[in-house]
Amino acid sequence: MADTQQRAGGATSAARPAGPEVEEPRPRRTSTRSRERLLQIGFLVPAVVYMLLFFGYPVVQNALMGFQRYTTRTFVTGEAPWVGLDNYREVIGSSVFTKAAVNTVLFTVGSIAGQFVIGLAIALFFRKRFPLSGLLRSLLLLPWLIPLIAASAVWRWILDKDTGVLNQVLGGLGVTDANPGWLTSTSLALITVVAINIWIGIPFNTTILYGGLQDIPEELYEAAALDGATRWRAFRHVTWPLLRPVVTVVLVLGVVYTLKALDIILGLTQGGPANSTQTIATQSYNLSFQEFDFGQGAAAGNILIVVSLVFAVLYLRANRRALDE
Amino acid sequence: MSLSTALPLPDTAPAQKKSGRRTAGARGPWGYTVAGIAILAVLLFPLYWMLNVSLQPSGSAAQTSWFPFSLSFEGYATAFSDQGANLMTSLVISVGSVVVSLLIAAPAAYALATFKVPGAGIVLFGILISQMIPGIVVANALYSAYNDLGLLNSIPGLILANSSAGIPFGILIMRSFMASIPPSLTEAARMDGAGPIRAFFSIILPISRNALITAGMFTFLFTWGDFLFALTLTTNADVRPITLGLYQYIGTYVSDWSTVMAAAVLSSVPAVVLLVLAQRYIAAGVTGGAVK
Repeated sequence: MADTQQRAGGATSAARPAGPEVEEPRPRRTSTRSRERLLQIGFLVPAVVYMLLFFGYPVVQNALMGFQRYTTRTFVTGEAPWVGLDNYREVIGSSVFTKAAVNTVLFTVGSIAGQFVIGLAIALFFRKRFPLSGLLRSLLLLPWLIPLIAASAVWRWILDKDTGVLNQVLGGLGVTDANPGWLTSTSLALITVVAINIWIGIPFNTTILYGGLQDIPEELYEAAALDGATRWRAFRHVTWPLLRPVVTVVLVLGVVYTLKALDIILGLTQGGPANSTQTIATQSYNLSFQEFDFGQGAAAGNILIVVSLVFAVLYLRANRRALDE
Repeated sequence: MSLSTALPLPDTAPAQKKSGRRTAGARGPWGYTVAGIAILAVLLFPLYWMLNVSLQPSGSAAQTSWFPFSLSFEGYATAFSDQGANLMTSLVISVGSVVVSLLIAAPAAYALATFKVPGAGIVLFGILISQMIPGIVVANALYSAYNDLGLLNSIPGLILANSSAGIPFGILIMRSFMASIPPSLTEAARMDGAGPIRAFFSIILPISRNALITAGMFTFLFTWGDFLFALTLTTNADVRPITLGLYQYIGTYVSDWSTVMAAAVLSSVPAVVLLVLAQRYIAAGVTGGAVK
């Protein structure tokens, strides 16, 4: 990140017009050189245009929509009057919002903590070399590669209140006869959704952390062992400090992706029962695509972007400071 | 969905460091294998269950058997007749999005990796920032734009929207690979009078084959698994990807789980197939010394 920022800063000063007429005096060679420069820029143009249309435009458009009143009629008449901060006032003032905000935090923190701890444990396990370890590691990716909707479909069936296999097993073992409604009870649904999201994120965390572990030189562990370090001390003083950059990447990406997670919640509970699994992302979806209030939907989406950006900046800054010390 | 800026890359995976890896300790290597299989069994149980239920006759809802002893393909027959067209739609959109993503991302990755183009840093920074933008925000704005442009319920509309996962991802992956290609390779061609475009097509792309395959594969999976754009940018049944078909299955009251699970299995086939293919590329890349 630091590197990119520096390069971005350096590049702006170099952003002068590259047209052929600028360097006319030295004729032949410079004109082929600036022609070449134009060709080089041509390599980038399609990607830049695409990114501007499919990321730049939506962000700007959402920022504007957040201040406009959209109704179902807007798409016919094109009228979307400016309403100032009304959308934000209504979204934040609504009874669902507080619940959704708290759920977003719980969902994100719970998912990340679970994925990271279990992912790290499995990555450490696979650090050992044993028969079939490569095959097992690649099979581990499967839950994460299949469509989220397919995963939510099977979880819904496993967790079905009356006929799901989990309640069958629990009932059979005599743990509970009550048949808990894992996804249908207001007190359980959020925990269940977090647990399933942890299951989905484990492969990603394991794979990246495993890659980071592979980059730690073996000699360091040998030296630590010679000094009589226990396993825990070796982890604490060798593994953890050297793994830190990778941990930062995993956690920042994890939070950014989890904050905006939508598919899994829609697939499992659609935000219900009684908003108990509603997050800001699902609320934004509901406002726009269920109630056709795109203005309020945009406002909720913008809140999500701001939270995401603030988090990323704070975390990266805190982390850099910790590394500098 | 696009949970993946830093995936296991066939090209860059540090699998070649065999010498430095620890071998399993006192418990013996197979003890670890058994433990590893146990971990996998727990984590993959839901996928087993998906397959198991899909192979059982529907209607025997009271007690699902642990193994599909009374094998039945009824679920698959129904799933195919309901979702066959949706599977085709998903296939077309996914292939289209791979083509669009690679066409746009590969040249950009090359430019960012080797040319000192003004603004390259800004572009790269923009790509990283784009990962923070929620899909719902993109969908929110695209809906009205698509409505005006007549792109709702259209295959090109979904291909373009879904490339928003593949293009940034592809640029990041291919850029790091292309940056490792020694400049001497293209310089030789340039001496012979080849322009940057020729050099790109005849030298860079063939060498970057593995990176292209990785980027293409993951773009395919992102698009195949896409649910948000399918849900928001279609309003009728004209164009319906399999994920949306599956969602409608589970959205209504489900009585026939074997059909739903059969559809879920069918929708997971590309992931399984590509995982097997990726393994092959990892192995080929490592043994062939083509890595780095």
